[in-house]
Amino acid sequence: MQFNLRTVVPSLIVLAVAVLPLLAPTTQVLLTLALSKGLAVLGVIVLLQAGQVSFGHALFFGVSAYAAAFVGKGFGGGELFSMLAIGVVASLAISVVVGLFVVRYRHIFFGMLNLAVSMIFFSLLEKFYHVTGGSDGLSVARPLFLGIEMEREGFEMVLFYLVLVLALGAAWLTHRFLNSPIGNMMRTIKTNEVRLEYLGVSARNTLLVGYIVSAGLCGLGGALAAVAQGVVTPEYAWWIRSGEFVFIAILGGSGSVGGAFVGSLLYEAVRTYASAFAGDVWQMILGIVLLFVILFAPSGITGLFARLTGRKASPASEEAGQ
Amino acid sequence: MNPQLFALAIFDGIAYAALVFLVAVGLTLIFGVLRVLNVAHGSFYAMGAYATASVGAAIFAAGYSPWLAFPLMLVAAVLVGVIVGGPIEKLLLSRIYEMEEVLQILVTFAVFMILEDVQRLIWGAQPFFEASALMALGNVEVFGITYTAYQLILLPAVAVSVLIGLRLFLRRTLSGKLILAVTEDREAATSIGINAERVYLVTFIVGASLAAFGGALASATTSVQPGMGADMIVLSFAVVATAGLGQIEGAALAALLIGLGRSFAIYLWPELEVLIPYLIMLLVLLIRPEGLFGKSRTRKI
Repeated sequence: MQFNLRTVVPSLIVLAVAVLPLLAPTTQVLLTLALSKGLAVLGVIVLLQAGQVSFGHALFFGVSAYAAAFVGKGFGGGELFSMLAIGVVASLAISVVVGLFVVRYRHIFFGMLNLAVSMIFFSLLEKFYHVTGGSDGLSVARPLFLGIEMEREGFEMVLFYLVLVLALGAAWLTHRFLNSPIGNMMRTIKTNEVRLEYLGVSARNTLLVGYIVSAGLCGLGGALAAVAQGVVTPEYAWWIRSGEFVFIAILGGSGSVGGAFVGSLLYEAVRTYASAFAGDVWQMILGIVLLFVILFAPSGITGLFARLTGRKASPASEEAGQ
Repeated sequence: MNPQLFALAIFDGIAYAALVFLVAVGLTLIFGVLRVLNVAHGSFYAMGAYATASVGAAIFAAGYSPWLAFPLMLVAAVLVGVIVGGPIEKLLLSRIYEMEEVLQILVTFAVFMILEDVQRLIWGAQPFFEASALMALGNVEVFGITYTAYQLILLPAVAVSVLIGLRLFLRRTLSGKLILAVTEDREAATSIGINAERVYLVTFIVGASLAAFGGALASATTSVQPGMGADMIVLSFAVVATAGLGQIEGAALAALLIGLGRSFAIYLWPELEVLIPYLIMLLVLLIRPEGLFGKSRTRKI
């Protein structure tokens, strides 16, 4: 059998992530949150394929988190899967409305309009505190799991493996999506949109599909993060959070689905330990890391890995590295 | 809404618009020339405010005249532009002009993150409040309303002079024309011997100084605290996008529109205060996708 570094290393990473909480229980919540964020980053990566960057994708993260929280509150505790489903549906619904508007714009305007919409949502969350709890947010009670009430440790363990499975599933589906005809059309928006239209394809509709997919991924991540954290705050929809998603996407490598999770695991690890040991300057450390990645490894960690193993990770990462 | 409140809302709006304009015009100038949307722009605003408030507090405590606040603001603005802005363009931005837009924005986002912590390290997390300049100018009475002369006269006057000065500078002076030439076509400008790198550097320093100047002026009217840069950058983005990227006169009008919209919201519907800038921007872009004064670019195949 051929020993292939390109398949062995990712499998080892997945295995390590799956086993780590058993060996070091303190890392479990951290990993759950990192993977939830990774799902949102995956959404950002979908849009990056079309060369568009959204500085407001925390909107969908926040919409879904709040929807999940409301379901939890409205039905006395709530049930995990219905919370996730309603969270994702809510962000999909919002993404259709917002998407129809923003896909008419490109580049900076696309980014700025997303930012504006997310800021509107953020301010609404802060201002209407009788509904949303204002800047204190809402607490999310531990939901039932398939109708079973669970203890804290057991639930956190179940939630972690659920997130892991969902992350792997989402990564695989997104990979399939990006290599499907519509995924390729999205990449054409980046390289040459007019040519795409000459082929008779509507660039706006293509981008809209990508936008909805990316919002769905952000929504899944948001609802999971809300359950894992046990509290939702307007900070979920803040623009710094959106910037963080884009940051992680570039850090991990915007060309491949694996980059989203490698990036978010690394990011959360650096953030947690940097804020513990270098409280005042963790943001500075992250900024410097980001600068180094962009200047010296523009295709991110996965791009670096692909270069080290001497192969191209995928056609997409090659493009992102240009 | 009685006439007095109406006038108050207008005064508030104009004073606020003047400050926002100073920041937004720097942002739009930098974008117009460098084609880089500078996320770190809000940090220059915050640093200008911090520098003025902290140094001001020290010299006024030592018994110097409060009128020194005005030259101090100018000095602080220029220093922030040169010492902070200069190296950022020279060492960092100059390497990324060939990169794709997303990465350029992210580089300035990284600079923003770094500068946020730099501010915290230098000035701490305690808010500063230093209103000597505001007091020194006293109050004026218009339509039976007492208002500070600083906000009602000085701020709009400064904003208008910056607008006129910038226009004259770009159209009438040699350096201004060089900037316009590089904006129009960098390659052609370079080929006739214009030092484009220097033009970029000077533009960035001027833009950064304008933001810092806005911060310096704002420091007399509000408490200076962490997070003020982040709030300002999002707001000035809204102004710049509403006006159309790179539009200097447009930025003045958009700042006024957003400033007035915001101050009327404060009196009529306070919950909407924060939303108004974004709602105005969304409405404008819905009707005019390139902003109020933006020109649509031809598509290249």
